[in-house]
Amino acid sequence: MNNTMTTATIEVDPTVPIIRVTRDFVATAAQLFRAHTDPELFARWVGPDGMMTTLDRWDASTGGSWRYVAARDGMEFGFHGCFHEVLPDRIVQTFTWEGDPDGVALETLIFEDLGDGRGRMRSQSLCDSFEGRDAWLRSGMEVGVDQGYAKLDALLAAGEIVESAEGAEA
Amino acid sequence: MSDSLSQVFAAMADPTRRDLVARLTDGDATVGQLAAPYRVSVQAISKHLKVLEQAGLVSRCAEGHRSPVHLEAEVFDLMTKWIERYRQRAEARYRRLDAVLAEMDDDEEAGHRPTREEETA
Repeated sequence: MNNTMTTATIEVDPTVPIIRVTRDFVATAAQLFRAHTDPELFARWVGPDGMMTTLDRWDASTGGSWRYVAARDGMEFGFHGCFHEVLPDRIVQTFTWEGDPDGVALETLIFEDLGDGRGRMRSQSLCDSFEGRDAWLRSGMEVGVDQGYAKLDALLAAGEIVESAEGAEA
Repeated sequence: MSDSLSQVFAAMADPTRRDLVARLTDGDATVGQLAAPYRVSVQAISKHLKVLEQAGLVSRCAEGHRSPVHLEAEVFDLMTKWIERYRQRAEARYRRLDAVLAEMDDDEEAGHRPTREEETA
C-alpha cells in the first residue's frame, strides 16, 4: 500500500487557473460516486464544518442541475451549478458561489478503484480567471487553523509547484 | 495584496525564473553571479529578475549589476498559507466524507469488508 494519499494533496498550477486535489478513501469508486450523487449522503459531508447544508435542487444526472445552501448563525451561502456529465467513474459539473454570481468553475471529479476496497478521488477545478482561482484560495483565510509555516516549508511548496508546472507542460 | 498571488504564479511559471529563485535560497547574489551559469545575456537575466521583483519575490537595493538580489521568502509564506488553508478545508470536507463512507460500508457491504473491531457504543 505504498503511494497512498491518506490526506489531501493539492496542486496549484501556475500556467492555468486550476486547483487539483487528490485523496484516497477506504471506499470503492462506486461508493465515492454514490456519496456524490445521493442527495441525502452528499448533504451530510459537503460542509463546511459547523454549517447546516440544505439541498434545494438536485438532479445528479447528465444535463441535471443542483443548488445547495450552507447556513450558520443566520448567514447563508448559496452554491449552484449544472451536472454536465455524470458517469460511474466521473462527474463533470459547473460550480458557482452565489456571492460571486458571475464566476463559474468547471469541476471534474474522477473516481478510481485502487483495489482492496480502496479508492482514489481526483478533483480538478478550472476557474474562469487567475483572479477567481486566487480568490478561492484566499477564501481559506477566514476559516481553518492559523499556523506559522516555516520558510523552509514555503520553499518546499514552491518546489511542488515547479513539479506540477512541468507536468502540465509535458 | 489582491493580485499578488497571481503575479507570484505568473513569475514562477518560467523555468529560468524558478531556477533563479531556487539559487537565491542559498543566499543573496548579484545579477552577474546569477547570470554566469546560463548561456543567455546578463540583460536577459535582468529581465527575469525584474519580473520576480514586480511579483515581490526578490528585492534589490539598486538597479546596478553589483547590487545583490535578495529573495523575499515571506511571499512564499503567504502563497503557501493560502494553498495550505485551501488544502485544510478540502481535507476537512474529505474527513466528513470518510465518516459517511464508513457508514455506507455498514449499510451495503456486509460480507465484503472486515468486521469492525470496535463494538458500537
